[in-house]
Amino acid sequence: MIDRHPWLDALAHAVLIAGVVLVAFPVYVAFIASTHGPHDFMSGLVPLLPGSEMVANYRAMLTDGLSSSGAPPLGGMLWNSLMMALIIAFGKIAISILSAYAIVYFRFPFRAVAFWMIFVTLMLPVEVRIVPTFKVVADLGLLDSYAGLTVPLIASATATFLFRQFFLTVPDELMEAARIDGAGPLKFFRDVLLPLSRTNIAALFVILFIYGWNQYLWPLMVTTTSSHYTIVMGIKRMSDVADALPQWNVVMTTVVLAMLPPVVVVVGMQRLFVKGLIETEK
Amino acid sequence: MSAIEIAAVSKVYAGGVRAVSDVSLSIADGEFIVLVGPSGCGKSTLLRMIAGLETITSGTVAIGGRVVNEVDPAARNIAMVFQNYALYPHMSVYDNLAYGLRNRGVPKADIDARVAEAARMLEIAPFLDRKPRQLSGGQRQRVAMGRAIVRKPDAFLFDEPLSNLDAKLRVSMRGEIRQLQRRLGVTSVYVTHDQLEAMTLADRIVVLNGGRIEQVGRPLDVYHSPASTFVASFIGSPAMNLADAEVAGGAVAIGGQVVASGVGGIADGKLTVGLRAEDILPTPNGAGVPFAVRYIEELGATRLVHGSVEGRHLTMALSPDLPLADEIRITVAADRLHFFDGESGRRVGR
Repeated sequence: MIDRHPWLDALAHAVLIAGVVLVAFPVYVAFIASTHGPHDFMSGLVPLLPGSEMVANYRAMLTDGLSSSGAPPLGGMLWNSLMMALIIAFGKIAISILSAYAIVYFRFPFRAVAFWMIFVTLMLPVEVRIVPTFKVVADLGLLDSYAGLTVPLIASATATFLFRQFFLTVPDELMEAARIDGAGPLKFFRDVLLPLSRTNIAALFVILFIYGWNQYLWPLMVTTTSSHYTIVMGIKRMSDVADALPQWNVVMTTVVLAMLPPVVVVVGMQRLFVKGLIETEK
Repeated sequence: MSAIEIAAVSKVYAGGVRAVSDVSLSIADGEFIVLVGPSGCGKSTLLRMIAGLETITSGTVAIGGRVVNEVDPAARNIAMVFQNYALYPHMSVYDNLAYGLRNRGVPKADIDARVAEAARMLEIAPFLDRKPRQLSGGQRQRVAMGRAIVRKPDAFLFDEPLSNLDAKLRVSMRGEIRQLQRRLGVTSVYVTHDQLEAMTLADRIVVLNGGRIEQVGRPLDVYHSPASTFVASFIGSPAMNLADAEVAGGAVAIGGQVVASGVGGIADGKLTVGLRAEDILPTPNGAGVPFAVRYIEELGATRLVHGSVEGRHLTMALSPDLPLADEIRITVAADRLHFFDGESGRRVGR
């Protein structure tokens, strides 16, 4: 806004507050639900104030799990999700920054073809290629393993494209200066390009961590033993009970716990994240 | 420190564009050479071929007697100063200076000493801990120079290093570069499109046009006897006045009016006559030809008067003390005229 009117300010605040309430209220209800006993949410009246079962709920879910719906203790599932999210985030960043480096800074035959091949995969997310991908992973014997969970999700056109765009803004003279300074391709990458990409890497890490954490369909396909379940799968299994009412209090306990790691990542990296998205540092 | 020998060098880009054609040039040890020419004349390409940033299509470049066509830029022992400085933005000034030395495995104590010396010379010692973005344009330029100096290279290569600075800073940096180069005695090749920079910095100027050398010479030689109409109009400000003329039997005539006679060594035919603005003189009492004044540029110490003689545009430099009318009468000294072939534009006669 160029003009500042008090009532425009008020309107802006009203819109923002409405947005926050809209987003935050369900989260609040989820948290409240996690502090009540098993029957409170079945009474037809949703309580809006914290109950007394919070400690019991969280302790039960972290230690025993919910055996009736085949969910193991949350600790293991949280660990699996964490590993999956971290491997995907780091793997995607490592591969895409290297491929972007190759595409931008090296002249090799079929360079444009390579770039477009990567670009085209944007149109083929996991859901589209899930059957062939599952076949490949199964044939490689990667079912029920971290490799099977993560490798098919690591190749990333989006991240490659993002790094490519960033590298194109780095002046050529910088590379030439480094060449004259005796830095070979890998040294230039390590000493100049990588430090300059710091904020971009941080921003991507946040996005990719959440992407990896929220994966549902793919883990559901490739894991069959409970020791490799991820937390998002676990939530679904718990709420999906046969011949009984779902225990919303413990489901919501799980949901709250599953929300925490992404929140920690976003809050912890917020400054770098915003910088990486808005800044074109030269 | 060493001489640079450029022999019959050409550059043809993949698309068939010929940027540099058959350029040969001997640069003596410690000499300051300025490559000057308009945009696209191939001067930067030539410099980048000396640096090793551009491959050489044909011909050879030798630095210090060693042919370096296939030698990596880092192994040529040259240092380059770029137009946009190309400082590493995430490194401190100290690290910017030290980076190249570290890559070459220079001992830490030695690096410290060299950086300190260069920083003292360029007066950037107080900024060694800062990042480039915390420096002004002039300071960045000094850091870029420092990065070249600490290398103790065989040659400095400058690629329009002053064009990002404001006019005042440009003049003072120009003087500093000249003094620094004299003090260090390092062979230097300097690319610019600014003829004033070329005149003031160079031991010898190389004027390039369309990828070819038009003229090589000391600044005053190039100014006083330009080898072609291109050089005549490029070097010097304002540009030399040029007019079509005919020559018959040693008499040169512009529009039927004889301006010089008894000129030897020029075949009859078409000619281009050149005349510097300061060589046109006003005449006091009705002598000379009438000159219609169109507009005036005041430069303080002198004034540039633009006008025409018989429809031909002419610029002259006059002292601001002289009174000016709408029409004045002027004359030229016949021995100050420059003659160029009417077809090729090459200098003929004297």
